[in-house]
Amino acid sequence: MPKLHWEDFQPGAVAIYGPRLVTREEIVAFAAEFDPQPMHLDEAAASATLLGGLGASGWHTCCLMMRIIADGFLLESSSMGAPGIEEVRWVKPLRPGTRIRVRATVLDARASKSRPEMGLAKMNFEVLDDADALVMTLITTFMLGRREVAP
Amino acid sequence: MKYFEDIRVGDVTMTGRHTFTADEIKAFAQRFDPQLFHLDEAAAEASHFGALCASGWHTAVAWMRLMVDHRRGLVEAARTRGEPTATIGPALGLRDLKWLKPVYVGDTIDYKTVVTELRMSNSRPGFGLMTTLSSGVNQNGEPVISFISTTFVERRPEQP
Repeated sequence: MPKLHWEDFQPGAVAIYGPRLVTREEIVAFAAEFDPQPMHLDEAAASATLLGGLGASGWHTCCLMMRIIADGFLLESSSMGAPGIEEVRWVKPLRPGTRIRVRATVLDARASKSRPEMGLAKMNFEVLDDADALVMTLITTFMLGRREVAP
Repeated sequence: MKYFEDIRVGDVTMTGRHTFTADEIKAFAQRFDPQLFHLDEAAAEASHFGALCASGWHTAVAWMRLMVDHRRGLVEAARTRGEPTATIGPALGLRDLKWLKPVYVGDTIDYKTVVTELRMSNSRPGFGLMTTLSSGVNQNGEPVISFISTTFVERRPEQP
């Protein structure tokens, strides 16, 4: 049984998940598989790009954030997935050796009119580096099962 | 890759197709999105999805891989002709990413990308900003994903 239900996502609540060390090897491995642009694969080539040195694919940062929040709370929740992502901003490059954390803020929570068994929680996720600088922000709305009401 | 000046709003790229197998859906989910409906057939059947389906991030990064491969082909062709090519990226971000339908085992997604906006970059004078709408449809013609993203594209160097 999930521990967390829609009712547990109160607007204004903030939690921090992680840290997670991001290695050069995994940055290159992800890029080789999903985003093989030189700026994610090779130091010398990356230095000549706007990234100014090797940095993770932005999609990799999204996927790392997904894993951190899955382990952090989502797997023990009644999550029914998310219909999409409102916005992602890649604020600064994610460099090898960075220890990232995710700050999660509940922006809004509302019941579903059409589906009484679920509710929606709009969340702002901020990926932070070792110095608490913003690497990425992501806003999304989760569908979550509601706690069963006692008869 | 074309220089910023040579790109037009409305330009379409047929990015390519990808077929999602059960093994790769589970392998991706194991690494990045270990929710049971992306990992386990029986659990997925009992969920609101009804069957094993790919993580939405998996559906998105499959587009990225196809796009990078497509651009690489363009760069190689231009090099063969002895023409210079523009550098592209990184992206600033994306918005309105919609997972419209689940991607189930064996689905083949056909992706395309359309240029929707072009503007100069204030912060990087040698670059422009290209906004595109990317989308994917399954083998039944049903849209499964769409998103809008914005990326830097190099401007044509001034002639000496």
